[in-house]
Formats: sequence, C-alpha cells, structure tokens
Amino acid sequence: MNVALAKTGSGRAVSDLFASAEGLLPGSPAIKAARRQAFETYERLGLPHRRIEEWKYTDLRALVGEVLPLAASPDAGALSKAADAVKAHAIAGARKLVLVDGVFAADLSDVKAIAAEASVKTLRETLEKDAGDILTTSSTDAVISLNAALATDGVVLEIADGAQLSAPIQIIHVATAASASAYSRSRVRIGKGARATFIESFVAAGAKAYQVNDAVIVEIGDNADVAHIRLMDDAPDAVNITSQFVTVGADTKLNFFNMTTGGAVSRLQGFIKLAGEGSELSINGVNLLKKTEHGDLTLVVDHAVPNCTSREIFRAVIDDRAHSVFQGRIIVRPDAQKTDGKMMTRALLLSDEAEADNKPELEIFADDVSCGHGATAGALDDTLLFYLRARGLPEKDAQALLIQAFVGEAIEQIADDDLREHVVGMAERWLERRS
Amino acid sequence: MPLLEVKDLKVRVEEREILHGLTLTVNEGEVHAIMGPNGSGKSTLSHVIAGKPGYEVTDGQILFRGEDLLEMSPDERAAKGVFLAFQYPVEIPGVATMTFLRTALNAQRKARGESEYSTPDFLKKVREVSKSLNIPQDMLKRGVNVGFSGGEKKRNEVLQMALFEPSLCILDEMDSGLDIDALRIAADGVNALRSPKRAMVVITHYQRLLNYIVPDVVHVMSKGRVVKSGGKDLALELEASGYAQFEDAA
Ligand SMILES: Nc1ncnc2c1ncn2[C@@H]1O[C@H](COP(=O)(O)OP(=O)(O)OP(=O)(O)O)[C@@H](O)[C@H]1O
Ligand SMILES: [Mg+2]
Repeated sequence: MNVALAKTGSGRAVSDLFASAEGLLPGSPAIKAARRQAFETYERLGLPHRRIEEWKYTDLRALVGEVLPLAASPDAGALSKAADAVKAHAIAGARKLVLVDGVFAADLSDVKAIAAEASVKTLRETLEKDAGDILTTSSTDAVISLNAALATDGVVLEIADGAQLSAPIQIIHVATAASASAYSRSRVRIGKGARATFIESFVAAGAKAYQVNDAVIVEIGDNADVAHIRLMDDAPDAVNITSQFVTVGADTKLNFFNMTTGGAVSRLQGFIKLAGEGSELSINGVNLLKKTEHGDLTLVVDHAVPNCTSREIFRAVIDDRAHSVFQGRIIVRPDAQKTDGKMMTRALLLSDEAEADNKPELEIFADDVSCGHGATAGALDDTLLFYLRARGLPEKDAQALLIQAFVGEAIEQIADDDLREHVVGMAERWLERRS
Repeated sequence: MPLLEVKDLKVRVEEREILHGLTLTVNEGEVHAIMGPNGSGKSTLSHVIAGKPGYEVTDGQILFRGEDLLEMSPDERAAKGVFLAFQYPVEIPGVATMTFLRTALNAQRKARGESEYSTPDFLKKVREVSKSLNIPQDMLKRGVNVGFSGGEKKRNEVLQMALFEPSLCILDEMDSGLDIDALRIAADGVNALRSPKRAMVVITHYQRLLNYIVPDVVHVMSKGRVVKSGGKDLALELEASGYAQFEDAA
C-alpha cells in the first residue's frame, strides 16, 4: 500500500525530474547506474511519512508533499545576486566556498587561499574522475537516496595530517532559484593531528519556496581538533533536509554546533560514529522557530569503541504555532565500555500553541557506562520578566534578553570570537524579526 | 501636586483581599518609612505600585504626579521614574549585569525621548556609582545577581537606583541580610540620592535603618491598611512597644 502511495503521490514528479536531470548530472557510466539505483530506492519508498519510525514527527508527505524540479544552473544574474548574499553572510576572517543552487561557484570562492592549506575539489570533478564511493551510504533513508540520485555538486575538502588551518573555511549554500530544488553533497576529510574549523551556512538570495537536500560526509582522523558549525538561515518558506555522516577517530575533539533560524520545514539528521577511543564529542543545537515553522534535529551518536565522551545539548525557542523536534539516540556497542554519553533538551515555549517533541533513546549493550538524558520545557519565567520590566524594558525586549540568555549558553561553546559574534548576531536578528 | 497618591486601595490576590483600603500620600523630597508586622501587605503595596502582574485592584487609585499609574505597564512606570528595590532580587543567569544595566537605562531614556548613553559615558557612570557602593567591577561581569551574596544583591539594587535616577524610590527591606558595614554603605548610597525632587518610601522592620536614613514620616501598616502615621519618633515607639497596640486598630 505504501508503495502505491509513493508512486502515485510524490514519486511521479521526481520520476519526470530524474529523466530530465539525468543528462546534466556528473559521473561516469558506473556512477550513472548507481544514481539510477538510488533513485529507484527513493521511488519505491516515496517521501518519508509519520508511519516510518525515524520520521514520526516530521511527516514530509504532509509537510512538503511534492519534490520540486531541479534548479537550473545559475546564470550571470543568479551569480550576481548570490555575490550580494555571500557578502552579507560571510564570516569575518573565514575563507569561503560557495554553492549557488547546488552548483559550485568558483568566482565567489576563496579557492586559492584554501588550496594553500588544504586540497579542495568540487563534487562534479571528483565524480567525473569516478570516486563513486562518495555517493554510497549504508542508509536506506529515502531522502538520502534521493540525494545520491540527484547530487549535482558540492565541495570535497581534504585537510592533510597535521595541518593547522590558519582560518576557518565557510561553505555557503546560496539559493537564488524559486520553486526549485538543489541537491548537494560534500565531503570533508580531516587528517590525523589536524586542527580545523569549518562552517556551513544556508542562505537565500531572494529565492522563495525552494527545497534544499544536502548531504555531508565528515571523516576525522586521530588526535584532531575540529569545530564544525552549521547555520541554517534559509528563506522562511524554504525546505531544508540535510543528512550528515560523521566518523571520528581516536583522541579527537569534535565540537559541533547547529543553529536553525529559517526554513518552513527543516531537518538535520546526523549520524555520528565514534570509531576511535578517547574522543570527546560535544554537540550544541539551537532551534529558533516561529510562525508555522517545523524544525527537526535528529542525532544518532554511535559509541562503537570504549572510552569516549559525548555531550548533546539542545535548546529550542518556539513561538507562534511552530514545532520543534529533537530526536537523540545514543548507541553503546557491546565493546564500548566506559562510555560517557549524555543529552539534555530544553525547550522554551513562547506561545500556547508552540509545540516541542523530544524523543531520547538509549541503546546500551555495554555494562560499564554512564549514559543519560533529560528534558525541560516551559515558558519564560514571569518573575524574571517582571524584574526586567520593572527596570524599564518593554515586554518584547525583556523577553529578548531572556531568550538570548537561554540560547547564549549554547552559543558560548563556540570558541572563535568572530564566529561567535556572527552567531549571536543571527540570533539577535531572529529576535528582531519576532517583534 | 503630590508625587504619589494612593487612595483607598483595595487589592486581591487569588480571591483574597490583602489591602483593604490603603491611603498614602508622598510629596517630592520626602522620605517615608513604612513599618508593620509580617504579612501586613507592605510588599504587596510595593508590587502593585511597580505593576507586578497577578494582583487585582478592586477599588481605589494610584496617582503618580496626577497620572493614573494603574493604566501603565511596569516599563512605562519605570520610565516615569518609579523604582522598586526588591525585597528578594532575582537571579538572571546568562544576562550579564553590565548588559542588563545598559539595556535598562537606555530603554528608560528612549521611552522618555532622551538620547541613549554612549558606551564611554555609561561605563564612566557605572564605575563611579559602583565604586561608591563598594561593588567590585568583576561582579558586574557576572549574570544579574548570579552568585551574589544576599548583601551584594541588595547593593546591586541600590546601584541600579543610583544609575536610573528615579523620582520615587521604594526600598522593600533593603536592610534585611545586610551586615552592619554593608548597611551603612547602602544607606549612604541612598542618602546620596536624597534630593528635593526625589521621594523615598523605605519599608523596614528595624528602627536601626532609620538611624541612617532618617524619615520625615513614619507609617504603621497592619492588616492591609495604614493604621497610624507620625514623625520619626513613631519608629522608636514601635521598637519599644511592638505592634500589638495597632493590631486592634486595624
Ligand atoms: N501571590 C500571593 N498569593 C497568595 N497570597 C499572597 C501572595 N502574595 C502575598 N500574599 C499574602 O498577602 C499577605 C501580605 O503579604 P506581603 O508579602 O505583602 O507582606 P509583608 O508586609 O511584605 O510581609 P513581610 O514583612 O514578611 O515581608 C500575606 O498574608 C501573604 O501570604
Ligand atoms: Mg515584604
């Protein structure tokens, strides 16, 4: 029954899309075959819906309905609009890699400066040289299959063993095409002992009602120190579905921060595997949602080896009739003794109709571990609000100060000053849009 | 025109009447003390003047320079010059004291149509005031009242009062939790703010505070009413004989 639904529903539009897109997609004949297979998987499954456990709270059939046609390659007009958006969203001191409607834009990127410290290629050229494994994942998730089928471009970054990046690298996804979809896939490899900060930003250059389906593969070696920041500030009527596959080596520190301030419907699903002992993973997620926005952060942290620490802190600020979802699963494999894995969710509900779903899951197969989860949800504290108002702050300003404090705890985890200031600024702009 | 006129004020909290027709008039330049047993409604009165939600005014009026205070939001009242130093100042984690002070001061100035303080002017002013109140600068970097001792919280209230320069200062048990030295420093801070244009309402249980902040008028509150008013000697009388004589009057 599900299959029939998928085919008659959203499957059909993509079917046409795939036929027309196939010729434009990069890759050798072997890759073309892999794409076709991935697409068939998607077509068989259709868009995920609430009866699929992992998508219980984010029913894409109900929320999105239809997959939009592939965006055209950006023309000169699109690139010039994108250039303005890049200027507005570039982080001080960072080096940029820009994708416009899913296509790498060399002229807007700092390829030279980055190439001095790392290897940077596009997905397109990588696939043309037949690195087909970049499109393969073990996942059977329909949106990931769809991404494999249609991934047009992306960046392929290699940071060598021991490299110490002198500046953060910012991958900026700019949308210029309205009512179209962009499929990107990137891979970031960070070698042993390397130190790097990389940022992913999603922004709109005037585009409306577009869809983003992104996939990112991150592979980090031993003894590395990595900060990974993702800032999703897409248009308020856009859809952004991103899947991340992260593998962490031994004795490595990974700080991941995600903030969602845009998008009508968004989901970040991260699959993080701690594959080497002695590593520390810290994840801070912030959702700032209003109107009827739906924002989903789904994380699977897989402790595959002993002696790793993972900390997940998720904060949601939910206004109007918005809906925030946090699903956190911690898997502790039988060998992974001395695992220390904790997650904490805090939701701030700014309206009676705001909704927060929190689904923690612990799958523990080892006996000597310390794992846990906690959750709180509530409104702003009236006593604190009154104190601020009695000191002259109008209601919205008093709320804004308390909301900033609430998300500030997560933002403080960002070590780089310029970057932290940028993120604080994004949160402030979100608060200004509220009032 | 009086600065503050509370006329026959009746206030309910959760269906229970706490103030049963309270009347109080405060003129510019005056210092009034309000004393009274626990639960007599002193904090309730101060909260209603400041505009705290949750109180139902069923009768009476509060006028501030002739304007109806009850029609104004708490922030409008603050901008007009009403300041309440809380009996129990709250802790606000994540909001740095400096940010809070600047945001509040500029919000009040903006509401009055005045220009915002420049950062150097603001910092200079905070430094002066905090120094006179013996408040170390690094305390101001912390979250509002977070990890402050009881006495430090009270001094932080006086700091705000000095910074915002309100025309009506209500001090709700400013002396509770202060050691003798801290009490003197805080009282000196309050006295420094005494001016012919500014009035103070000092709520306290102890005559001792009134040795430092000498009142023009002392009121005795009991069971939701002002039952007696007099000069500063009334406080001494209370210290000697307690409230029992007034309980009947109320
Ligand atoms: N929110 C509330 N809900 C229920 N009762 C309240 C509330 N606030 C105050 N009251 C009651 O109102 C009465 C007056 O309280 P209030 O705090 O004004 O007294 P007070 O004179 O300030 O006392 P104290 O000297 O102990 O500070 C008390 O009986 C108290 O229990
Ligand atoms: Mg009291």
